[in-house]
Amino acid sequence: MNDKPGTDILLSIRNLTTCFETANGLLHAVDDVSFDIRRGETFALLGESGCGKSMTSLSIMRLVPEPAGRITRGQVLLDGRDLLRLPEAEMRRVRGNRIAMIFQEPMTSLNPVLSVGEQIGEAVRLHRGLRGRAAREVVLALLDAVGIPDPARRHDEYPHQLSGGMKQRVMIAIALAGEPDLLIADEPTTALDVTIQAQVLALLERLQEETGMAVLLITHDLGVVAGMADRVAVMYAGQIVETAPRDAFFAEPRHPYSRKLFESLPDIAKRDRPLSVIPGSVPPLYREFSACRFAERCAFAWEDCRASVPRWITEGERGVRCHLYDRVPASRRPLGAEAEATSSTPSAAPALSVASHDGELLEVEALQVHFPIQKGLFKRTVGYVRAVDGVSLRIGKGATVALVGESGCGKTTIGKAILQLIRPTAGRVLLEGTDLTALRGEALRRRRRDFQIIFQDPFSSMNPRMQVGDIIQEGLVALGLERDPARRQARVDALLEQVGLPREAKGRYPHEFSGGQRQRICIARALAVGPKLLVCDEPTSALDISVQAQILNLLRELQEALGLSYLFITHNLSVVGYLADEVAVMYLGRIVEYGPVDAVLNRARHPYTQALLSAIPVIDQETRREVIRLEGDLPSPAHPPEGCHFHTRCPHAMDACRRRYPGRTRLDGGHWVHCYLYE
Amino acid sequence: MMRFLVSRLASALVVILGVSVLVFFLIHLVPGDPVEVMLGEGSQPADREALRRALGLDLPVHVQLGHYLQGLLQGDLGVSLHSRRPIGEILLERIPATLELALAGLVVAVLIALPLGIIAALRKDTPWDGGAMAFAMLGVSIPNFWMGPLLILVFSLWLGWLPVSGREGPASLVLPALTLGTAMAAILSRMIRATLLEVLNEDYIRTARAKGLSWGQVVRRHALRNAMLPVITLLGLQLGALLAGAVITEIVFSWPGIGQLVIESIQRRDYPVVQACVLLISLAYVLVNTLTDLCYAWLDPRIRLGQ
Repeated sequence: MNDKPGTDILLSIRNLTTCFETANGLLHAVDDVSFDIRRGETFALLGESGCGKSMTSLSIMRLVPEPAGRITRGQVLLDGRDLLRLPEAEMRRVRGNRIAMIFQEPMTSLNPVLSVGEQIGEAVRLHRGLRGRAAREVVLALLDAVGIPDPARRHDEYPHQLSGGMKQRVMIAIALAGEPDLLIADEPTTALDVTIQAQVLALLERLQEETGMAVLLITHDLGVVAGMADRVAVMYAGQIVETAPRDAFFAEPRHPYSRKLFESLPDIAKRDRPLSVIPGSVPPLYREFSACRFAERCAFAWEDCRASVPRWITEGERGVRCHLYDRVPASRRPLGAEAEATSSTPSAAPALSVASHDGELLEVEALQVHFPIQKGLFKRTVGYVRAVDGVSLRIGKGATVALVGESGCGKTTIGKAILQLIRPTAGRVLLEGTDLTALRGEALRRRRRDFQIIFQDPFSSMNPRMQVGDIIQEGLVALGLERDPARRQARVDALLEQVGLPREAKGRYPHEFSGGQRQRICIARALAVGPKLLVCDEPTSALDISVQAQILNLLRELQEALGLSYLFITHNLSVVGYLADEVAVMYLGRIVEYGPVDAVLNRARHPYTQALLSAIPVIDQETRREVIRLEGDLPSPAHPPEGCHFHTRCPHAMDACRRRYPGRTRLDGGHWVHCYLYE
Repeated sequence: MMRFLVSRLASALVVILGVSVLVFFLIHLVPGDPVEVMLGEGSQPADREALRRALGLDLPVHVQLGHYLQGLLQGDLGVSLHSRRPIGEILLERIPATLELALAGLVVAVLIALPLGIIAALRKDTPWDGGAMAFAMLGVSIPNFWMGPLLILVFSLWLGWLPVSGREGPASLVLPALTLGTAMAAILSRMIRATLLEVLNEDYIRTARAKGLSWGQVVRRHALRNAMLPVITLLGLQLGALLAGAVITEIVFSWPGIGQLVIESIQRRDYPVVQACVLLISLAYVLVNTLTDLCYAWLDPRIRLGQ
């Protein structure tokens, strides 16, 4: 980030209001939003899904999807000129030229049928008026600037030939083509793995330094904000509720909503207590508000909050929209006292109970899942993708083992192979001594009541045409566990209550529920047959922070009440720290490090684990570790590197690493690692 | 690209071989004695024996198959029972007519459907869209055996601009091509509208707009090529159907194409000709499908370069 962001204002947004015509009425997606972005600074717009942050950025670009949406009020002043009043032809000269934009999904944001060079070249032609050889030179220079190796070759490749991180770099190259004054980055790294996220964020910082452009960073990730932003604005329900310089914001968030966001973050230090959650949900944005939008969910709400809309209160560089800062003297604000009670670290070290195991529930031995690669007319097998290549682990009764790693490392495949949804190529999966891989047909089907799964995406993992009650009891019916309809209904009621949903939910359809509620339904469905093992495959990755906290709390309550064992598959190490007893870190189909959560997260040994941990953006800048930047992408599991799979990206790679895969080195207390550094 | 080409052609050859063998066995699938079926029930045993020998049906099956495949390779499709002429010759007379009509129909269809579909998509939920889709609905609903006579009535009988039927000169092609083309255009324009609408919602369209391209440029460079991919599949299937002979249209306009030949031959129980027509139609489908695949690969690098 810039040491000295300019103080003169580049972009000034005044009372911006963007509405959508919907079946339920006019929806105020962006409601009277005002803020300024200064030259060269990084301004972060922080908020959960549906708060209006993306719509704000599309409004600035005048790319709000028409005719359903339209900007109804306000000004967007770029160097004093109101973009909202420009004719479309002139606005086109602003887009991609003075203001450029990159998006969340690099996978779908590039045109699949045009080469990378063509897509960047288009912007170069448009904004620099270059053609032919001159344009090609610029495109190659841009590819080089965004850190794409071998630009001449990549120039003629197509998006599907690039990894996600590379695609986002190409998006950035397109954005840079017009040498913009402002880059709008809408969740630029949300779809990427942490190590790739670290690469892309570092690239953005470097480019900003070189070009002096300002960045409007739209994100839901407090860690990314902490690492990148100069100033922060928090959005809630279509409005900005707080703005502050970064350090001030992280030292003392003022709005109760901002505070709650911090409190609901999972962390290893919060293991001994439930996470703080925000009750209720975001109010629908159809109606006119005559009170504070957050009042119904706010622990500090008093009569003023329910009686009138809070005004925008500024104090130096900071601003907040909250009645607590209006007439109540600072000393009497309840916020301070409460915050101290919840945000202080507990005096005693968190009890890292390596679960009170009553023996093993699941034992996985040398599990392999290889997918054949078939080619040619007769589908000859020409090789194998070694998705899982010799994994062993144990899960105790009532314990949680987390499986972490980046996308493509094979963690989801392990989950499916344990559940026999994919048949393993080799190895054994012992559930209470029974080898599931040896079970077939009816015997396996009957055993399925013991192991269930919840998926990452609660939106697509339920049949949209089935009622919630039917979804939950389907397993009971299929396995013939409860043949009496009345008792089955009673069981559904009990399950709904257990996951915190009203009984009336059973007559409704999945689309009527929010993401968090849907994940609750999925949990109820999994619990219906009374499983002992629950495979949780990224169960909170698609959810907002505050909703994630609710689901994590629920999973913990259920584990305590029912003695469930969890295999928790995730890429989110803070969730691991909060929930898991033991952690397995995977790289390219193998576990590279394993141990109790405290040992792995606090005393990581494997260079990959260390890099993974260092790449996570952290909120507390004091404890910020130097990011160990991994070069390149995950190699293909079809052709894993010789020797240690990680040596191609490892900062400590030695000769031995290139020759043979390292054996297991036992460290203290059940902590082990595959690495020559410790042999 | 070369490897893709070779693999597509190789699989096309395999399909053609398979179809040839199947067609050979078709004659054995005729219930009862095929010779009796062909000659009718009152036929003389001597005639049957003669025909049996002429068709080679008295030989063992594998020898018959061998002769048949050998004949195919040399372009010998046998002799028509009706006219006693070599079938190859008969087909060669008919193929140009069918080809001409199919291509003309396709051109008409694309010329109508492309602008219609694009306008409907870009002006979604406006009278333009409504009008275009109403036309499409009409086109799908009006059967060719009604559309054909209607066109004849208006343009040939009332206005006297175009010939009523037959295949004499370009003017005679207009009405049958319009009849076929409008029906196809209807389906095609709906498809173009639907895929274009889908593509316009893609993230890369937003990227293109954020670059500063004009709406026209976005549609031309980014949307259309992607939207054409599924449309080409449909186009291929429809062209295949047209090459198989647009039976009804050919009969309404007395167009001397394959479709007419098939109907005539079935009515005359001229089985060898029917057999040859089935083979030809299958070949046409294989050819068109292969072309469709190649077209697809040319348009979409994900297929050309492999995923």
